[in-house]
Amino acid sequence: MINRNVVGAHYGLKDWIAQRATAIIMALYTVIMGAVLLIVQPSTFEAWRGVFANGFIKFVTFIFFVSLFYHVWIGVRDIWMDYVKPTGLRLTLHVLTIAALVGYTAWAAAILWRL
Amino acid sequence: MAEMTIKKRPKNLDLTTIRLPLPGKVSILHRVSGAGLFLCFPLLLWLFSASLNSAETFAVFKGVFSTLPAKVILAGLIWAYIHHFCAGIRFLLLDLHVGIEKEAARKSAAVVFAVSIPLTLIFWGVLL
Repeated sequence: MINRNVVGAHYGLKDWIAQRATAIIMALYTVIMGAVLLIVQPSTFEAWRGVFANGFIKFVTFIFFVSLFYHVWIGVRDIWMDYVKPTGLRLTLHVLTIAALVGYTAWAAAILWRL
Repeated sequence: MAEMTIKKRPKNLDLTTIRLPLPGKVSILHRVSGAGLFLCFPLLLWLFSASLNSAETFAVFKGVFSTLPAKVILAGLIWAYIHHFCAGIRFLLLDLHVGIEKEAARKSAAVVFAVSIPLTLIFWGVLL
């Protein structure tokens, strides 16, 4: 065990914690939604839509998507940092990743609130 | 100025000869599965949207599951989600210093595969 004083702006620590917190939220959502779908067994369009039209499910599903996209940002950023050495290309990939994830968040919200 | 002597260490970065221990396989597959899921988000969100939009698009959504290329991609994504889930729980436990000894870590890596592979097969059977 190494004891050291963590100095600086703590961005790394913040992301490390966020990656794990979002992972726990998504894991809980996966288990709860799995149980809901097993109980409801929605086999028709109306039943399937009904599950996600429920206010609570809609809310937690959106939280799931937001957690997912934050989690993905940290993970994909790490991949670019590990394998892409030219700074310009890496920064471009970072920006494209953020743009895609912000877009996906809006798309997920649009899907859910159309219901 | 003193000469800096750089010690030559044995280094092997040849991917064709590296033989990863089981925890290493869990780890790289965690990364591969995460990257694969990320790349397929547009497809997954489109499927989610189609499934909820209208009865007609729901039929399109169901139809996708019966085409072979879609089945192959979805089979991969189902595995990716389940592996990422199981390996992720193992990493969370390691973060809490549960099972960080070499033997325990190798055993838990084996448990990840022992759970994720049968679970994947079950979901393939149910969904595809």
